[in-house]
Amino acid sequence: MNSFALANCTTIDAALSQLKDGAVVKAGGIDLLARMKNGTAQPSKLVNIRNISALRGVHETDNGLTIGALTTLAEIEEHPLIRSHYQILSDACGHAATPHIRNMATLGGNLLQPVQCWYYRSAEFQCLRKGKEFCFAFGGLNQYHAIMDYGTCPSVAPSSAAVALLGLNASIELASAKNSKRTVPLKDFYVQPDANPTKFSVIEPNELLTAVTIPKPAAGTRSAYQKYGEKESFDWAIADAGVVLEMDGNTCRRAVITMGAASPVVRRSAEAEAVLAGKPITEETARAAGKAAMANVQPLTMNAYKVELFPVAIYRTVLLAAGQRDRDPSAAG
Amino acid sequence: MASNTNEDSLIQEAAPAATGHSDKKSVAMPIGVPGYTLHDEQREVPATEPPVWPINKDLKYVGKSHERWDGYAKATGRARYTADVQLPGMLYAKLVNASVPHAKVVSVDTSAAESHPGVRGVHVIQHVMGNAVLRNESLEQVKYPVVRYAGQPIAAVAATTPYAAEEAAALVKVQYEAIPFVVDLDKARASDAPQVFPGAADQEGTAGGGGGPHNVPQTGNVHGPAIKKVGDVTQGFKDADVVVEGRYITQVQTHSALETHGVVADWKPEMLTVWASTQGTASVREEMAEYFKIPLSQVRVITEYMGGGFGAKFGAGNFGVAAAALSKKTGAPVRLMLTREEEHLSVGNRPSSDQMLRIGAKKDGTITAIHLVSYGSAGCGTGAGCSGPAANLYKYATFHAEENDVFTNGGPGTAMRAPGHPQGAFALEQSMDELAVKLNLDPLDLRDRTDEHPVRKVERQIVRDSDLWKSRKAQAGADNGPVKRGVGFAQSVWYRFVSMESAAEVRVHKDGSVEVLSAVQDIGSGIRTVMAQILAEQFGIPPEMITVKVGDTNYPIGPNSGGSVTTLSLTPAVRDAAWQASQKFLAEIAPGFGVNAEDLELIDGEVRSKSGKMQPVSFKRAAAKMKTDQIAVQSKRTPDYDHSKYLTYGGIDVAEVEVDTEIGRIHVKRVLSVHDCGRPMNPTQVMSQINGGVLQGISYTLFEHRLLDPEYGLMVNPNLEQYKITGSRETPDIDVRLVEAYIGQSSTDASGIGEAAGIVSIGAAIGNAVYNAIGVRVRQTPMTPAVVLAALHQPAPGRELA
Repeated sequence: MNSFALANCTTIDAALSQLKDGAVVKAGGIDLLARMKNGTAQPSKLVNIRNISALRGVHETDNGLTIGALTTLAEIEEHPLIRSHYQILSDACGHAATPHIRNMATLGGNLLQPVQCWYYRSAEFQCLRKGKEFCFAFGGLNQYHAIMDYGTCPSVAPSSAAVALLGLNASIELASAKNSKRTVPLKDFYVQPDANPTKFSVIEPNELLTAVTIPKPAAGTRSAYQKYGEKESFDWAIADAGVVLEMDGNTCRRAVITMGAASPVVRRSAEAEAVLAGKPITEETARAAGKAAMANVQPLTMNAYKVELFPVAIYRTVLLAAGQRDRDPSAAG
Repeated sequence: MASNTNEDSLIQEAAPAATGHSDKKSVAMPIGVPGYTLHDEQREVPATEPPVWPINKDLKYVGKSHERWDGYAKATGRARYTADVQLPGMLYAKLVNASVPHAKVVSVDTSAAESHPGVRGVHVIQHVMGNAVLRNESLEQVKYPVVRYAGQPIAAVAATTPYAAEEAAALVKVQYEAIPFVVDLDKARASDAPQVFPGAADQEGTAGGGGGPHNVPQTGNVHGPAIKKVGDVTQGFKDADVVVEGRYITQVQTHSALETHGVVADWKPEMLTVWASTQGTASVREEMAEYFKIPLSQVRVITEYMGGGFGAKFGAGNFGVAAAALSKKTGAPVRLMLTREEEHLSVGNRPSSDQMLRIGAKKDGTITAIHLVSYGSAGCGTGAGCSGPAANLYKYATFHAEENDVFTNGGPGTAMRAPGHPQGAFALEQSMDELAVKLNLDPLDLRDRTDEHPVRKVERQIVRDSDLWKSRKAQAGADNGPVKRGVGFAQSVWYRFVSMESAAEVRVHKDGSVEVLSAVQDIGSGIRTVMAQILAEQFGIPPEMITVKVGDTNYPIGPNSGGSVTTLSLTPAVRDAAWQASQKFLAEIAPGFGVNAEDLELIDGEVRSKSGKMQPVSFKRAAAKMKTDQIAVQSKRTPDYDHSKYLTYGGIDVAEVEVDTEIGRIHVKRVLSVHDCGRPMNPTQVMSQINGGVLQGISYTLFEHRLLDPEYGLMVNPNLEQYKITGSRETPDIDVRLVEAYIGQSSTDASGIGEAAGIVSIGAAIGNAVYNAIGVRVRQTPMTPAVVLAALHQPAPGRELA
């Protein structure tokens, strides 16, 4: 780890005024400190926002929910309102990492993790994402890598919360000095590697992620998220599925199906959603949706097995969301 | 029976002492398993030996689940580990490691590091330990050791803070001249593969074993074969009614102990003191003395507490030598603890294996032939042989094994919990399961016909009678639905090694306090507690009243803890010293009470007269009658009583799994672990070791995998996040049934459990349970979803023995 300056801030304005000259925000510090320790992040200054109480908490609004960026994954998982109306988010936050990490990790930090790839996350490999020419994953060890929509970088999206929030049509609130604020829909928040390989989201270095807003769910909405790993405890997803169903009785009016571990940016599957729209939810339709989600896969040399896992993750999670199946004991967390 | 190279090199048992018959006495000793085979046998033992102990149920402290002597200190953080040692003026050291997998080092420029304000010394490593060494070292004329794997230590920097040391280490400039490299086992076998060594090379084992055979041919990177033969295996297969054959592949596992390797070295003109996280205080002392050419008497090694080793922590280590050299250079104590990444890269691993195993048998299960051809890589070391289980578990007419080490540009392997045995048993015990299917025999019955070990026979009966085994469906793949349940078992074997370098001193003080001292280190298995229990038994006072001092070479020499030797080697010395001290004690105090020593006994904290000539007095009051302030007796290990017996231990692990056939995930639900280790000295501690072995074995079978990038030769998962280890949710219910198995070999009749415990057999037990669940054999570890799904789609084809 390199030497760095530390600025402890207790207000948003104070934090924003520090965000210059390569300063990096530290919230829970889970992902950032790991990258600093292995040398892949070498910030000259850390701006510690952990003690800004205004950034913490879940608030119900006329339009839905606002969740402060410093709210921990554990707090989100356990929040009664989220459990009753936004189950998918409770599931996603409650099955990330470990209980210890969920007590420290914040929603903002979780959403801002750079992609998951062991080449990117090693100081030994100077890859495309670090501004160099080459991707090591295509010809290397890629058993956990992306199977679709990866372009020049087959890393996978790290945030399970993002898989849920994409399904909930959430937006990200960003603030910067000069009193300016902007709101970005989550679907536009992440940057595809082909657009800019060294940028992971649209947030600028002088901006602070302050909150996530989620619209009120439509009537009859049911949702769920499940993640599959090699291990149940403390493992990254090798397949995952977020499912939001707007139901009329047993007929699905509208479905949103999201995935994280399939591509470098969290994505919806229009193909899977189309299979379910206007249909009753049955094991047959759920399986058909899972199958449809794999329409455009391009597995790498070592990860064809993931193409088998996602349809299972999707059909089981669709049935879970519809109340037709228990939480899968094979799912992680 | 043939024995295994891995064990041959481990510890040589000393020849029986040349004592005359007049110094012997004949005693009756309990032999066998209580409730099954218990009986008495006569043994000729040295006349000085203490009286024979009855079986555990008739003892008061030994054989009871007494709580850990140091449990409170560990649980409250008071226990002082090596990394906790803080000395005045202490410096912090950091290694500089090779960033490339194979290269000549042209130059090491330390000038920038040396001018860093925090730096007090830089040491460039001239001799690397751990790697195999060329038989003809003149084949390489080099200034610095050749880099054979990424992560090989090159230099070390000592500075006033850990941060300064890290910064300065990055300033050391190493210039490499790259050499082509290979990290993949199959590619390394090719005739045109890059050569890891320019000629034949051999690796020494450590005090904990490991290392491979010497005197074998080497062709390219293939070091071997080492051939073991019994009879004519071709004839054996001709005599067979059925043959099973399979290819089994296991990965490289790293030891991943909770505490990384490390030392604090304090070089003073009169004495080098080293606090070390080690399994062998003696081994560290010897290597330090040898390396620095100083007398053993001027090296002191201290290990108060250590956080796991599993075979990787013997000797001084490159880091230890560097720390001592830096301490000598700077005149200050130096702490050097490895990082988790270094732990994965440079201090050992369990070698991989690629085995073709063929077994021929008669219709009645009689084994006519076992043929094993194995390749495995211990990186730039050797020791990938894995024929131990095949050679030593069953009765066979003919046997042929060819074991090959394949050099690759990876960190050198070293002994790891039952070297070679998890790999070997994974193939052997799945093949036996396959044989049982082919012969239409119950797999337990098949073992009854081919396994003559009397204790495993009892253990199989315990398995047969268990609810878990009774719940097994004989038909494989019988469950409907995507999640299928299965039950399977496998057997393990390990050997009796005795370290004669096992001594203890017992001191009784006039204030009634009693202490026992040995240089032995408690590597977590609980020898401290067992020593206290032995003294308690001998002096009739509770273990809490005994002071135990271990882990310091200032005390009488203790065994290096490898190969399951510690308890069985040291406890007889402890008991002998305690027994003799107690006899001296009674002799000293008897006159003060007007009785004969023979009339006195030590029970329940009191000295009592057998004849009732005196009222009982407390041990403390009795001690006040000692003529001197201290009675001290030192004893060394007496050789095993009966050398005519070739002794092995083992056990059986039964696994219940659920296989989700849609996602290929295996969940181990329950494990029944039936094991023997002679007289269990402290059953809870033994069970803890078995629990640990089962968990480490599950982790090996399902998750752990050291992954080297084939194009760059670097490890991509040198952490505990992508190097996956069993967590809480992967932990099954483990039911340990400990089998007391008396063998009549020493004054405590203890044996070892570290190796046989779970780790050897759980992999094959899971494999057999998976077969029972899905009707498909998974012959590769780790059994990840990718591997399981592939097996479901296309059961692995066999491959010709080559």
